[in-house]
Amino acid sequence: MPDAPGPTSPPAPPGGADAAEAALQRREERRRTAWRWLAILVVHVGLVLAWQFGVRASGLPAVVLPAPTDIIVTLAKQNYAWADNTWVTAAEIVGGYLLAVVGGVVLALLFSWSRLLTVAVFPVLVTLNMVPKVALGPLVITWFSYGLRTNMLITFSLCVFPILLTTLRGLREVEPDLLDLVRSLRGSRWAVFRTIQLPGSLPFILSGMKVGAVLAVAGAVVGEFIASDRGLAYLMIQVQSSLDTPAMFMAVLLLTLLGMALYLAVLLLELALVPRDARR
Amino acid sequence: MGAEPLIRLRDVAKVYRSGGRRVTAVSNVTLDVAEGSMVALVGPSGCGKTTVLKILAGLHQADAGEVRIGNAASGFVPGHDVGMVFQQALLLKWRTILDNVMLPADILGLPRRAARARARCLLELVGLHGCEDRYPYELSGGMQQRAAIARALLHDPKLILMDEPFGALDALTRERMNLEMRRIWRDSGKTIVFVTHSIQEAVFLGSSCAVLTAGPARMADTFEIDLPVERGLDIKTTEAFGGYVRRIYGLLGLE
Ligand SMILES: Nc1ncnc2c1ncn2[C@@H]1O[C@H](COP(=O)(O)OP(=O)(O)O)[C@@H](O)[C@H]1O
Ligand SMILES: [Mg+2]
Repeated sequence: MPDAPGPTSPPAPPGGADAAEAALQRREERRRTAWRWLAILVVHVGLVLAWQFGVRASGLPAVVLPAPTDIIVTLAKQNYAWADNTWVTAAEIVGGYLLAVVGGVVLALLFSWSRLLTVAVFPVLVTLNMVPKVALGPLVITWFSYGLRTNMLITFSLCVFPILLTTLRGLREVEPDLLDLVRSLRGSRWAVFRTIQLPGSLPFILSGMKVGAVLAVAGAVVGEFIASDRGLAYLMIQVQSSLDTPAMFMAVLLLTLLGMALYLAVLLLELALVPRDARR
Repeated sequence: MGAEPLIRLRDVAKVYRSGGRRVTAVSNVTLDVAEGSMVALVGPSGCGKTTVLKILAGLHQADAGEVRIGNAASGFVPGHDVGMVFQQALLLKWRTILDNVMLPADILGLPRRAARARARCLLELVGLHGCEDRYPYELSGGMQQRAAIARALLHDPKLILMDEPFGALDALTRERMNLEMRRIWRDSGKTIVFVTHSIQEAVFLGSSCAVLTAGPARMADTFEIDLPVERGLDIKTTEAFGGYVRRIYGLLGLE
């Protein structure tokens, strides 16, 4: 490497005043975030309290609308095997979801590399995307019998399209001039992919993953509703026949928590991988 | 000039074929660029200036004529000896400024430690000392363009090609960048070919100037700009400066 040019008198770069202002802005922003979280907490706690005392005051039977405490105590019922059922559903959600992330991204890569594949296969995928995946549930179960793997497959089919489509959009969004810049350095297609396309599409991949995370729980639930012998949604069907409404609420609550945990994981991943300005 | 030029173009032509149509972008461009000079390419929109730069960058083959880059005294390695700057800074949003400047090193596979040290020096050269760890969105348009210039210099190319580098900046920032660019050119000792729509900019920055006329690009004239090496913005009010500006207006049929 040849000698670097010597430093000359540059005009003063943004200095102390700028930094102080930025620090002030950051503090202000943190304060506002803290308030927002506090408000969210207060509203939720308030709602639960209102629910509890409203139900008690009205004297509604727990079969119609159980109070929060009625719901919590169902956790003590050993024969519902909450932990096992939650574990099974979580495995279906995460398994199907990860499959969809890997499958969606790999398919998008193949499409962005091969013009032929895009022309031949992509239209079919667009049509398949129009099929209501939930309606395929009984078919999938007919083909593969019921169970954990089948429910993963249903989850996969629900999540894969948004991830595939957003990733593809990200891979295609490359500035032509930037491409010229890399080519002027005799950079290979691999170099373009590694330095520009892949990191550039990361925000897109993550935004597709967020959409997928919301759908993933629905996939597992549908699968268990149609045919299964384990899982939270399976348990819901069981307790419905014995009119244990509080337990149904508990199952819904746990499913919601699973969905939130998955979404939160993706958010954290985004926070770690994508700088603020590039987030979608 | 005497010495062998770094770039020698003779009757260069380029025809684009798009969807059965043929567009003659450049019909006969003849140009010598001396080593260490800063040459302005001026001409109306669509006259083929970008095409000439792309031929120099090795992105397009000329369809006719002679293109020779490099001379006996200094060889020219395609890929390693070209740095490019565009109208948009085109910084990668997910990289810090320092890592953006490092991009050519990543693509060419240069030793990273040396490249990093050089990137820091170059950021100082373009007046971005202290911005190494910032992200592009934290910088103004002018600062982003400075980073793009540092990036073009990273692999120490013999030739820098700039396509309307200051075209997206506001008028005041542009004036400041013009001053900076004179300094960067002299400190780096590079051969620079740049495209501009601004006749004032061409005369102020250029050590020589090539004027192209529209559709398809033909060389109207090429001449040295014989103004003092030390140029302040006040030079724009001098008679000599006005003379060059009028000359270009004349060549473009604007008088
Ligand atoms: N890739 C291309 N395919 C077809 N025509 C092109 C292409 N690039 C440029 N042209 C045409 O060639 C002419 C010169 O373009 P360009 O070199 O970009 O001009 P300038 O940079 O001076 O504005 C224009 O008429 C433009 O439409
Ligand atoms: Mg152009």
